[in-house]
Amino acid sequence: MPSPVTPVIAARGLTKRFERIVAVESIEFAVAEGTTVALLGGNGAGKTTTISMVLGLLVPSAGSISVFGTDMMRERQRVLPRMNFSSPYVDLPHRLTVLQNLIVYGHLYGVVDVKARVAELAADLAIADILDRQTGNLSAGQKTRVALAKALLNEPDLLLLDEPTASLDPDTADWVRGYLEEFRRRTGATILLASHNMSEVERLCDDVLMMRQGRIVDTGAPAALIARYGRRNLEEVFLDIARRRDDEAAQ
Amino acid sequence: MSVVAERRPRLRRRHLNERLSLRRIGAMCLRHGYTIAASWPRMFDVIYWPTVQLLLWGFTTQFFLTHSSWLVNAAGALIAGVLLWDVLFRSQLNVSISFFEEVWSRNLGNLFVSPLSVYDFAAELMLMGAARSLVGMLVAALLAIPLYHYSIFDMGWALVAFFGALLIFGWAIGLAICALIYRWGQGAESMAWGAAFAIAPISGVYYPVATLPAWLQPVAWALPSSYVFEGMRAALIDGSFRADLMAWALLLDLVYLALGAALFFAAFEDARRRGKLLQQGE
Repeated sequence: MPSPVTPVIAARGLTKRFERIVAVESIEFAVAEGTTVALLGGNGAGKTTTISMVLGLLVPSAGSISVFGTDMMRERQRVLPRMNFSSPYVDLPHRLTVLQNLIVYGHLYGVVDVKARVAELAADLAIADILDRQTGNLSAGQKTRVALAKALLNEPDLLLLDEPTASLDPDTADWVRGYLEEFRRRTGATILLASHNMSEVERLCDDVLMMRQGRIVDTGAPAALIARYGRRNLEEVFLDIARRRDDEAAQ
Repeated sequence: MSVVAERRPRLRRRHLNERLSLRRIGAMCLRHGYTIAASWPRMFDVIYWPTVQLLLWGFTTQFFLTHSSWLVNAAGALIAGVLLWDVLFRSQLNVSISFFEEVWSRNLGNLFVSPLSVYDFAAELMLMGAARSLVGMLVAALLAIPLYHYSIFDMGWALVAFFGALLIFGWAIGLAICALIYRWGQGAESMAWGAAFAIAPISGVYYPVATLPAWLQPVAWALPSSYVFEGMRAALIDGSFRADLMAWALLLDLVYLALGAALFFAAFEDARRRGKLLQQGE
């Protein structure tokens, strides 16, 4: 376990270039244990690229990223059992049933009693009635709950979520947010999520990293950001920043 | 004890930090086992092509048996060639197919944020390739007994050696093709179906390497498959097991497997640099 002063995630000078395109430029941030932090920004702001580097799926062009004090470029295998991830950009095999997918991933994550754990999650996430259905035949809401079940199989100390409620109806999205709140309260896990959804971020997150064009342009608690920009909610702050009025507003 | 500790699922500590894990490899074999078991076309495919090849070449052999004195002496050479060639082809194709299934289902991102290492992944691809090839060959070989009164099992332990050598060469080609997919995406997919056929004519599957033009023979002798098929003919015609040919085949296998694996691992690292692990998909 990290010492109290060691952040769960520490990024230093993190940069990613794809040939001439700079996707993320020299960002620095730290995520403290037990907090929920949002990467907030428009399309192409660098949120998914940043999460990919945190996961070690993507090698930075410069800088470093450590998770639980471990360098993700060199020793990611040591900490991956303590992490998990969910994203609308990846899928589970469509032809496998939900149960089969969860069993396979349970074994991959080294969960000892996989069937008991799947049963527990199936009850928690209300997917017990779809365990025998092919994953490819599920609705968007069901897929999201199954992806969340996969992401919680190992009860991760660090959970990374890329747009966890994208494409969900308001009711399902609200249910997912409620579940994540409960999960963090119960386990004390750290969560880093990327989102476009301002109300989601206001509700779930302790801190926000505002990104624009690959840079972190502001940080702070949602309430502090709203107050600093003199706005009524985070959405207005987001629009200020996205439309480059942030400098004026800050002054 | 805290609520967190009580509810936290226990994780196996053993193997977690190792590069190869039998548990993770087993989990991936289970994943592909589920895929095959859930799809009758996939189950059918495992035995379909070996059987079709056997039927085609088996009847061709029967025709030549009555028209060629060489073939009378080498009875079964064509059927054995067909069966063994399919081991190489299926081994290569099945490694690639297992990989494609992860790409098609956009599952690579999920797999590589799990503790699955790229070494586990390569080992699983080879194991599944071997299992599918073995099933396909067994069915076709058993079918040959009542249809043509020919049993490839009469070769005895030599058959195991031939099977192993061709399987390893198939793995090497399969891993190299996966590397191309990592690098160039699914545009390179057709290579999986065509690559092995490119080496068939120079591997001496149905005729001795000496039949090839002189300038092409050194190329043939650089392939493990040529030694296997020469060895197969020696076993069938002379009734002798050529250990020297097998030694060359296995030595070259090791070289090709090392090259295939090196390409596979290098392409994986390249995909991590270029952000392709999250982007691969249908």
